[in-house]
Amino acid sequence: MGLIEFISQPWHWAVSGTAITLVMITLLRFGGEFGVSGNLRTFIAMCGAGSHCDFFDFKWQDQIWNLVFVGGAVIGGYIAIKFLASPEPVQISEATQAYLSQHGISTPQTMDEGYGFVPAEIFDDLSMVRNWIILILGGFLVGFGTRYAGGCTSGHAISGLSNLQLPSLIAVIGFFIGGLLMAWVILPNFFLN
Amino acid sequence: MKFIKYLFVGILFGIIMTKSEAVSWFRIQEMFRFESFHMYGIIGTAVIVGAILVALIKRFNMKSMYGEDLKLNPKDMSIPRYLIGGTIFGLGWAMTGACPGPMFTLLGHGTITILFVILSAILGTYVYGLVKDKLPH
Repeated sequence: MGLIEFISQPWHWAVSGTAITLVMITLLRFGGEFGVSGNLRTFIAMCGAGSHCDFFDFKWQDQIWNLVFVGGAVIGGYIAIKFLASPEPVQISEATQAYLSQHGISTPQTMDEGYGFVPAEIFDDLSMVRNWIILILGGFLVGFGTRYAGGCTSGHAISGLSNLQLPSLIAVIGFFIGGLLMAWVILPNFFLN
Repeated sequence: MKFIKYLFVGILFGIIMTKSEAVSWFRIQEMFRFESFHMYGIIGTAVIVGAILVALIKRFNMKSMYGEDLKLNPKDMSIPRYLIGGTIFGLGWAMTGACPGPMFTLLGHGTITILFVILSAILGTYVYGLVKDKLPH
Protein backbone atom coordinates (compact mmCIF):
# COMPACT_ATOMS: atom_id res chain seq x y z
CA MET A 1 0.00 0.00 0.00
CA GLY A 2 1.39 3.37 -1.05
CA LEU A 3 1.52 6.38 1.29
CA ILE A 4 -1.34 8.23 -0.42
CA GLU A 5 -3.51 5.12 -0.30
CA PHE A 6 -2.64 4.71 3.39
CA ILE A 7 -3.60 8.31 4.26
CA SER A 8 -6.75 8.05 2.14
CA GLN A 9 -8.33 5.46 4.42
CA PRO A 10 -10.79 6.86 6.98
CA TRP A 11 -8.75 7.86 10.04
CA HIS A 12 -9.19 6.22 13.42
CA TRP A 13 -10.59 8.69 15.96
CA ALA A 14 -7.45 8.50 18.09
CA VAL A 15 -5.31 9.52 15.10
CA SER A 16 -7.67 12.41 14.27
CA GLY A 17 -7.82 13.62 17.88
CA THR A 18 -4.02 13.57 18.26
CA ALA A 19 -3.61 15.37 14.92
CA ILE A 20 -5.97 18.16 16.06
CA THR A 21 -3.89 18.58 19.24
CA LEU A 22 -0.73 18.88 17.15
CA VAL A 23 -2.37 21.70 15.17
CA MET A 24 -3.18 23.45 18.46
CA ILE A 25 0.38 23.06 19.81
CA THR A 26 1.91 24.21 16.50
CA LEU A 27 -0.22 27.38 16.51
CA LEU A 28 0.80 28.09 20.14
CA ARG A 29 4.45 27.59 19.23
CA PHE A 30 4.02 30.06 16.34
CA GLY A 31 2.77 32.61 18.89
CA GLY A 32 -0.89 32.23 17.87
CA GLU A 33 -3.71 30.19 19.35
CA PHE A 34 -6.26 27.64 18.12
CA GLY A 35 -9.69 29.23 17.71
CA VAL A 36 -11.55 29.40 14.41
CA SER A 37 -14.69 31.42 15.26
CA GLY A 38 -12.70 34.58 16.14
CA ASN A 39 -12.07 34.96 12.42
CA LEU A 40 -15.71 35.94 11.86
CA ARG A 41 -15.20 38.96 14.13
CA THR A 42 -11.86 39.77 12.49
CA PHE A 43 -13.47 39.68 9.05
CA ILE A 44 -16.19 42.14 10.14
CA ALA A 45 -13.58 44.45 11.69
CA MET A 46 -11.58 44.27 8.45
CA CYS A 47 -14.68 45.46 6.57
CA GLY A 48 -14.69 48.61 8.72
CA ALA A 49 -17.45 47.94 11.27
CA GLY A 50 -15.17 49.37 13.98
CA SER A 51 -16.25 52.86 12.88
CA HIS A 52 -19.73 52.40 14.35
CA CYS A 53 -19.40 49.49 16.79
CA ASP A 54 -16.77 49.26 19.53
CA PHE A 55 -16.75 45.45 19.50
CA PHE A 56 -15.20 45.56 16.03
CA ASP A 57 -12.82 48.42 16.84
CA PHE A 58 -9.58 46.53 17.47
CA LYS A 59 -6.30 45.95 15.68
CA TRP A 60 -7.56 43.29 13.28
CA GLN A 61 -4.17 43.35 11.54
CA ASP A 62 -2.84 41.30 14.49
CA GLN A 63 -5.26 38.52 13.54
CA ILE A 64 -4.37 38.18 9.86
CA TRP A 65 -2.42 35.00 10.64
CA ASN A 66 -5.70 33.35 11.72
CA LEU A 67 -7.49 34.37 8.50
CA VAL A 68 -4.57 32.81 6.60
CA PHE A 69 -5.00 29.65 8.71
CA VAL A 70 -8.68 29.48 7.73
CA GLY A 71 -7.80 30.07 4.08
CA GLY A 72 -5.50 27.07 4.46
CA ALA A 73 -8.42 25.02 5.83
CA VAL A 74 -10.37 25.72 2.62
CA ILE A 75 -7.40 24.55 0.52
CA GLY A 76 -6.93 21.54 2.84
CA GLY A 77 -10.57 20.58 2.29
CA TYR A 78 -10.03 20.73 -1.45
CA ILE A 79 -6.84 18.63 -1.29
CA ALA A 80 -8.47 16.05 1.00
CA ILE A 81 -11.44 15.54 -1.30
CA LYS A 82 -9.47 15.66 -4.55
CA PHE A 83 -6.46 13.52 -3.64
CA LEU A 84 -7.13 11.79 -0.32
CA ALA A 85 -10.80 10.80 -0.55
CA SER A 86 -11.81 7.63 1.30
CA PRO A 87 -12.89 4.67 -0.89
CA GLU A 88 -16.31 4.61 0.83
CA PRO A 89 -18.74 7.21 2.21
CA VAL A 90 -18.69 8.00 5.96
CA GLN A 91 -19.86 4.91 7.87
CA ILE A 92 -22.71 6.24 9.98
CA SER A 93 -24.21 4.00 12.69
CA GLU A 94 -27.27 1.93 11.72
CA ALA A 95 -29.35 3.60 14.43
CA THR A 96 -28.70 7.11 13.11
CA GLN A 97 -29.30 5.98 9.51
CA ALA A 98 -32.64 4.44 10.46
CA TYR A 99 -33.69 7.54 12.41
CA LEU A 100 -32.73 9.89 9.56
CA SER A 101 -34.38 7.73 6.92
CA GLN A 102 -37.67 7.87 8.89
CA HIS A 103 -37.37 11.64 8.61
CA GLY A 104 -36.67 11.71 4.89
CA ILE A 105 -32.86 12.07 5.01
CA SER A 106 -30.92 9.34 3.18
CA THR A 107 -27.37 8.39 4.17
CA PRO A 108 -25.08 7.78 1.13
CA GLN A 109 -24.16 4.09 0.74
CA THR A 110 -21.89 4.44 -2.30
CA MET A 111 -19.55 7.21 -3.41
CA ASP A 112 -21.93 7.91 -6.31
CA GLU A 113 -24.55 8.95 -3.75
CA GLY A 114 -22.13 11.24 -1.91
CA TYR A 115 -19.28 11.32 0.61
CA GLY A 116 -21.60 11.28 3.60
CA PHE A 117 -20.53 14.77 4.65
CA VAL A 118 -23.71 16.74 4.01
CA PRO A 119 -27.26 15.44 3.31
CA ALA A 120 -28.33 16.16 -0.27
CA GLU A 121 -31.95 16.67 0.89
CA ILE A 122 -30.84 19.78 2.81
CA PHE A 123 -27.69 21.13 1.14
CA ASP A 124 -28.49 20.41 -2.51
CA ASP A 125 -32.12 21.46 -2.68
CA LEU A 126 -32.73 25.19 -2.50
CA SER A 127 -36.30 24.84 -3.77
CA MET A 128 -37.38 24.08 -0.18
CA VAL A 129 -37.87 27.00 2.19
CA ARG A 130 -37.05 24.62 5.05
CA ASN A 131 -33.49 24.26 3.77
CA TRP A 132 -32.95 28.02 3.57
CA ILE A 133 -34.09 28.31 7.18
CA ILE A 134 -31.76 25.50 8.33
CA LEU A 135 -28.73 27.01 6.58
CA ILE A 136 -29.36 30.66 7.41
CA LEU A 137 -30.82 30.39 10.91
CA GLY A 138 -28.30 27.68 11.81
CA GLY A 139 -25.38 29.78 10.58
CA PHE A 140 -26.68 32.83 12.44
CA LEU A 141 -26.90 30.86 15.71
CA VAL A 142 -23.32 29.60 15.23
CA GLY A 143 -22.00 33.12 14.62
CA PHE A 144 -23.97 34.75 17.45
CA GLY A 145 -23.42 31.93 19.95
CA THR A 146 -19.70 31.46 19.41
CA ARG A 147 -18.98 35.14 19.94
CA TYR A 148 -21.29 35.33 22.95
CA ALA A 149 -19.52 32.30 24.46
CA GLY A 150 -16.12 33.58 23.31
CA GLY A 151 -15.20 30.46 21.32
CA CYS A 152 -16.34 27.37 19.47
CA THR A 153 -15.25 23.74 19.43
CA SER A 154 -11.61 24.65 18.78
CA GLY A 155 -11.34 27.54 21.26
CA HIS A 156 -13.34 26.05 24.14
CA ALA A 157 -13.71 22.27 23.71
CA ILE A 158 -10.11 21.66 22.56
CA SER A 159 -7.92 24.62 23.63
CA GLY A 160 -9.89 25.59 26.75
CA LEU A 161 -10.40 22.10 28.15
CA SER A 162 -6.74 21.21 27.43
CA ASN A 163 -5.81 24.23 29.56
CA LEU A 164 -8.26 23.05 32.28
CA GLN A 165 -10.41 26.18 32.01
CA LEU A 166 -13.68 25.99 33.96
CA PRO A 167 -15.33 28.62 31.70
CA SER A 168 -14.67 26.33 28.72
CA LEU A 169 -16.29 23.40 30.52
CA ILE A 170 -19.39 25.55 31.13
CA ALA A 171 -19.37 26.53 27.43
CA VAL A 172 -19.11 22.87 26.36
CA ILE A 173 -22.04 21.99 28.66
CA GLY A 174 -23.93 24.75 26.84
CA PHE A 175 -22.91 23.28 23.44
CA PHE A 176 -24.56 20.04 24.52
CA ILE A 177 -27.70 21.63 25.96
CA GLY A 178 -28.24 23.38 22.61
CA GLY A 179 -27.12 20.43 20.49
CA LEU A 180 -29.33 17.89 22.29
CA LEU A 181 -32.34 20.21 22.13
CA MET A 182 -31.84 20.68 18.38
CA ALA A 183 -31.06 17.03 17.54
CA TRP A 184 -33.81 15.44 19.69
CA VAL A 185 -36.60 18.03 19.73
CA ILE A 186 -36.40 20.88 17.24
CA LEU A 187 -35.01 19.19 14.09
CA PRO A 188 -37.24 16.06 14.13
CA ASN A 189 -40.42 17.93 15.13
CA PHE A 190 -40.17 21.15 13.18
CA PHE A 191 -37.71 20.69 10.32
CA LEU A 192 -37.51 17.06 9.21
CA ASN A 193 -40.55 15.26 7.76
CA MET B 1 6.08 35.47 4.12
CA LYS B 2 5.72 35.17 7.90
CA PHE B 3 2.14 34.00 7.27
CA ILE B 4 3.03 31.07 5.03
CA LYS B 5 3.53 28.71 7.96
CA TYR B 6 -0.06 29.42 9.06
CA LEU B 7 -1.25 28.56 5.56
CA PHE B 8 0.45 25.17 5.81
CA VAL B 9 -0.99 24.41 9.26
CA GLY B 10 -4.40 25.52 7.94
CA ILE B 11 -4.10 23.12 4.99
CA LEU B 12 -3.21 20.34 7.42
CA PHE B 13 -6.22 21.31 9.55
CA GLY B 14 -8.58 21.13 6.54
CA ILE B 15 -7.24 17.68 5.69
CA ILE B 16 -7.66 16.54 9.32
CA MET B 17 -11.24 17.90 9.49
CA THR B 18 -12.07 15.93 6.33
CA LYS B 19 -10.30 12.65 7.14
CA SER B 20 -11.59 12.69 10.73
CA GLU B 21 -15.13 13.07 9.28
CA ALA B 22 -15.76 15.88 11.80
CA VAL B 23 -17.07 17.85 8.80
CA SER B 24 -19.95 15.40 8.44
CA TRP B 25 -23.48 16.60 9.29
CA PHE B 26 -24.31 12.91 9.77
CA ARG B 27 -21.50 12.49 12.33
CA ILE B 28 -22.81 15.47 14.31
CA GLN B 29 -26.37 14.07 14.41
CA GLU B 30 -24.91 10.71 15.46
CA MET B 31 -22.90 12.39 18.22
CA PHE B 32 -25.83 14.32 19.69
CA ARG B 33 -27.98 11.17 19.49
CA PHE B 34 -25.28 9.17 21.36
CA GLU B 35 -25.30 6.54 18.61
CA SER B 36 -21.56 6.35 17.95
CA PHE B 37 -18.35 6.88 19.88
CA HIS B 38 -16.54 8.39 16.86
CA MET B 39 -16.84 12.15 17.64
CA TYR B 40 -16.38 11.58 21.39
CA GLY B 41 -13.23 9.63 20.58
CA ILE B 42 -11.85 12.50 18.49
CA ILE B 43 -12.64 15.28 20.96
CA GLY B 44 -11.72 13.13 23.99
CA THR B 45 -8.33 12.16 22.51
CA ALA B 46 -7.63 15.76 21.52
CA VAL B 47 -8.41 16.99 25.05
CA ILE B 48 -6.46 14.26 26.89
CA VAL B 49 -3.36 14.55 24.68
CA GLY B 50 -3.78 18.34 24.75
CA ALA B 51 -4.00 18.48 28.56
CA ILE B 52 -0.83 16.38 28.92
CA LEU B 53 1.10 18.53 26.41
CA VAL B 54 -0.14 21.82 27.89
CA ALA B 55 0.86 20.63 31.38
CA LEU B 56 4.35 19.76 30.06
CA ILE B 57 4.59 23.10 28.24
CA LYS B 58 3.83 24.92 31.51
CA ARG B 59 6.14 22.68 33.54
CA PHE B 60 9.07 23.39 31.22
CA ASN B 61 7.98 26.99 30.56
CA MET B 62 8.10 26.57 26.78
CA LYS B 63 8.11 29.82 24.78
CA SER B 64 6.92 30.59 21.27
CA MET B 65 9.45 30.39 18.44
CA TYR B 66 9.89 34.17 18.90
CA GLY B 67 10.69 33.79 22.61
CA GLU B 68 7.33 35.14 23.85
CA ASP B 69 4.99 33.53 26.38
CA LEU B 70 2.50 31.14 24.81
CA LYS B 71 -1.12 32.29 24.57
CA LEU B 72 -2.45 30.11 27.39
CA ASN B 73 -4.20 32.90 29.28
CA PRO B 74 -6.93 31.98 31.78
CA LYS B 75 -10.46 32.90 30.62
CA ASP B 76 -12.58 35.33 32.67
CA MET B 77 -15.10 33.52 34.85
CA SER B 78 -18.81 33.86 34.18
CA ILE B 79 -21.69 31.41 34.10
CA PRO B 80 -24.42 33.10 31.99
CA ARG B 81 -22.05 34.13 29.23
CA TYR B 82 -20.64 30.66 28.57
CA LEU B 83 -23.85 28.75 29.28
CA ILE B 84 -26.21 30.91 27.18
CA GLY B 85 -23.68 31.61 24.42
CA GLY B 86 -22.67 27.94 24.35
CA THR B 87 -26.31 26.81 24.14
CA ILE B 88 -27.00 29.16 21.21
CA PHE B 89 -23.92 27.84 19.40
CA GLY B 90 -24.95 24.23 20.16
CA LEU B 91 -28.35 24.81 18.54
CA GLY B 92 -26.66 26.08 15.38
CA TRP B 93 -24.04 23.33 15.41
CA ALA B 94 -26.62 20.52 15.48
CA MET B 95 -28.77 22.32 12.91
CA THR B 96 -26.11 22.93 10.25
CA GLY B 97 -23.87 20.03 11.33
CA ALA B 98 -20.94 22.42 11.06
CA CYS B 99 -18.91 24.33 13.60
CA PRO B 100 -16.66 27.11 12.23
CA GLY B 101 -13.62 24.93 11.26
CA PRO B 102 -15.66 22.44 9.22
CA MET B 103 -17.64 25.29 7.58
CA PHE B 104 -14.54 26.52 5.83
CA THR B 105 -13.33 22.99 5.07
CA LEU B 106 -16.69 22.19 3.42
CA LEU B 107 -16.28 25.27 1.25
CA GLY B 108 -13.06 23.70 -0.03
CA HIS B 109 -15.01 20.51 -0.82
CA GLY B 110 -17.11 22.56 -3.21
CA THR B 111 -20.22 22.40 -1.01
CA ILE B 112 -21.43 25.75 -2.32
CA THR B 113 -24.50 26.09 -0.08
CA ILE B 114 -22.23 26.19 2.97
CA LEU B 115 -21.59 29.79 1.86
CA PHE B 116 -25.07 30.67 3.17
CA VAL B 117 -24.06 29.23 6.54
CA ILE B 118 -20.78 31.14 6.57
CA LEU B 119 -22.39 34.45 5.55
CA SER B 120 -25.14 34.12 8.15
CA ALA B 121 -22.54 33.19 10.79
CA ILE B 122 -20.77 36.46 9.93
CA LEU B 123 -24.12 38.26 10.26
CA GLY B 124 -24.74 36.53 13.62
CA THR B 125 -21.35 37.71 14.90
CA TYR B 126 -22.12 41.23 13.69
CA VAL B 127 -25.50 41.30 15.43
CA TYR B 128 -23.85 40.00 18.63
CA GLY B 129 -21.42 42.94 18.44
CA LEU B 130 -24.33 45.38 18.14
CA VAL B 131 -26.40 44.00 21.05
CA LYS B 132 -23.53 42.77 23.25
CA ASP B 133 -23.95 45.41 25.98
CA LYS B 134 -27.62 44.51 26.48
CA LEU B 135 -26.89 40.81 27.13
CA PRO B 136 -25.98 39.18 30.47
CA HIS B 137 -22.25 38.37 30.57
